[in-house]
Amino acid sequence: MKKAAWMAGCALALSILGAAGAQAETTLRIMWYSDGNEGEVMNDLLRRFEEKNKDVKVVLDQVPFKAINETLPVQLASGQGPDLARITDMGGLAPYLLDVRAHVKDAAYWEQNYGPFLQWMRVPGNTTAIPGYMTQLTVTGPFVNKTLFEQAGVAMPGANATWEDWAKAAKAVADKVQAPFPVAFDRSGHRFFGLAVSQGAQMAETGGALNPVDDGFKRAAKLVVDWHKSGVMSKELWGAVSGTAYRGANEEFKNAQVVFYESGSWQTAQFDKTIGDAFDWIAVPTPCGPANCSGMPGGAALVALKTSSHPAEVGRLLDYLASEEVASEFYARTLFVPGHIGLAKKGIAYKSASLQAASALKVFGDAVGKLDPVAYRIQGDPSSRIVFNAAISRLGQVVVGETSLDDAYQRISADVAQQIAERKKKQ
Amino acid sequence: MTDTMRSHGAPARGPSAAAAAVTTGSANILMRLTDPPMRAVQRLIGAARMPYVFLLPNLLFFGLFVFLPIGINIVFSVTGGTGLFPSERPYVGAEHYARLLDCGSYLEAGSCREDLFWRGVGNTLTFTVFQMVAMVLFSLVTALVLNRPIRGRGFFRAVYFFPVLLSPVVVALIWKWILQRDGLLNAVLTTAGGEKILFFVDPGWAMFWAVFVSVWAHMGFYTLILLAGLQAIPRDVYEAAEMDGTRPWRVFHRITLPLLWPNLLVVLVLVLIRSVQVFDEVFVLTGGGPGTATMMVVQYIYTTAFANQVQNFGLAGAASVLLGAVLFVLTLIQLFLTRRRAS
Repeated sequence: MKKAAWMAGCALALSILGAAGAQAETTLRIMWYSDGNEGEVMNDLLRRFEEKNKDVKVVLDQVPFKAINETLPVQLASGQGPDLARITDMGGLAPYLLDVRAHVKDAAYWEQNYGPFLQWMRVPGNTTAIPGYMTQLTVTGPFVNKTLFEQAGVAMPGANATWEDWAKAAKAVADKVQAPFPVAFDRSGHRFFGLAVSQGAQMAETGGALNPVDDGFKRAAKLVVDWHKSGVMSKELWGAVSGTAYRGANEEFKNAQVVFYESGSWQTAQFDKTIGDAFDWIAVPTPCGPANCSGMPGGAALVALKTSSHPAEVGRLLDYLASEEVASEFYARTLFVPGHIGLAKKGIAYKSASLQAASALKVFGDAVGKLDPVAYRIQGDPSSRIVFNAAISRLGQVVVGETSLDDAYQRISADVAQQIAERKKKQ
Repeated sequence: MTDTMRSHGAPARGPSAAAAAVTTGSANILMRLTDPPMRAVQRLIGAARMPYVFLLPNLLFFGLFVFLPIGINIVFSVTGGTGLFPSERPYVGAEHYARLLDCGSYLEAGSCREDLFWRGVGNTLTFTVFQMVAMVLFSLVTALVLNRPIRGRGFFRAVYFFPVLLSPVVVALIWKWILQRDGLLNAVLTTAGGEKILFFVDPGWAMFWAVFVSVWAHMGFYTLILLAGLQAIPRDVYEAAEMDGTRPWRVFHRITLPLLWPNLLVVLVLVLIRSVQVFDEVFVLTGGGPGTATMMVVQYIYTTAFANQVQNFGLAGAASVLLGAVLFVLTLIQLFLTRRRAS
């Protein structure tokens, strides 16, 4: 009886000690969205991190992209939020990002390999913060259904072809093979600016105020509207929804309904996986406009947030994930263009990619080197998303005939000015 | 024990009797527990004030989850900036209201400073008018048919009520799959030799389907209200009309409609209030498009507050207050009509 009591006492003491040990474990939460298999890959890497860091547990909360765009900013504004998040609107969320410079082992490594992109995550005026790293660098560019071109017997425009060349060729193909979407653009301001930059859009400040609607912008807007009128673009993408709603054409492309699809490098992995050998597809360099042949850069970053109570552990985790070895594996397995300067120079071995995907990634990798400095500046501008959203919302109205282009230009300027003014209001 | 009771002729105790006993027992225990403090409170404040004590828990609940958010919304509507807490937001007075109401002509959304708000107002009005007419008409016809002694009446009543149980998002997604380019309806059309119709690209079709889906989803509820009204009409009135040889249309016009009028009024006002508040179904079905052809006021509020890059809670709050004022008036009308009916 006495022995049993002793054993029970020991078991109780051990369970209390165990509970205390469990309480000492720090749990980090990451808000994460996925376009392809990156959530799966990240989970793998996190388990390995946990094995090496027994005191830290990392939970990957996978959410739709919409939650990152709409819910996370409200959470952050209210002082609530996860420890880290994968975001695309780096400039807009910069005030909420945590600087982990004091918690990373080698800040020089970060500056050297992520330097140009760190600037996108910093509030204006700050030149030192290290809030996170790029999980992918993206670049806008077109995918082409090669099989449809072959079936139609139409020659594909060559290098340095213009947007008009591609529109004409895609329409000819679509007419012959009865494809409903000759040219498709994601309904996204970022994708629109991929065209606008090549047309000479600057999004520069004039007289102290941002001027979103310049001549380059107007040239691009007119092209889009004319393409809708002539049937080169279908109203189903830009016209079918209202406001700032994103609408991609990836499903239509996968179903061989699109001849020429202006999207970006992040689609490569899912096309590789889902299209398989159903038809041949390729990525082609961004068509040229009067100003240049540049698309838009972009990307997603895994960033630390000020709402975290564990900055040291967050720094340790970011150090691990941003290390050359781990980042290289992540980029290779997800088929992403690296957002790491050193790895970009060395090149990534995309072992799991098919020939088509590897070729597409090569095209996008080359496109990064041809990006116009204006495109980088626009992407890093904290007001860029305001302009993107206003553009897509108002041009959508023009496409369905609700308003004229001139009226849309005025509305875009007014919307942008009003939102910037609202953002500046402080107590 | 059971055998003894049975032998004395007592009724057998089933599960429902056992449940009732448990409920009564629990209630008794609760009463005994709360009785002393309640008596103490009554001694303290007097019996006349005791109803307020009983109202307090519900009042606190409503205060926290209804009145407090209304108050915060009003505060947001007179403050600016992007801060979430009132303490971070500068006072701007009626600036947001002035912006919303600044129009060259209220009949021309394009002449308004906040044109999207007025497009939302116009679309909501169009939706409301068509939805009210269609909802009342179809609910009435369905209730009249289901009130007749037809075969499988119970089954049909369940069938018409079933969509009411579905989530609005599910309803919208189902219809989206039916109506999209490669959806079921277009498959039927092309199989029958017709051409595909892009329902969500044409403003007229988009509004038609927004109204149709809403009627399909909620008709069962209003049919039930009207059916209850029809069943409350005394049979002898109809028998007397039949003996007089009154024609069916005259019976409907002179007997059914006047006696059903109170229920019809309730249905009309409820449909009106719901139509003004419409958001979820239409947003999922059409996304407010094409262009802004089906963008309702509530979608404008949602977009302004949450979907835009700069989340303008002030402007959205002002639009909410204006919408709330309209709904308040409609609710007063409903209360007035219901009271008149009761008296």
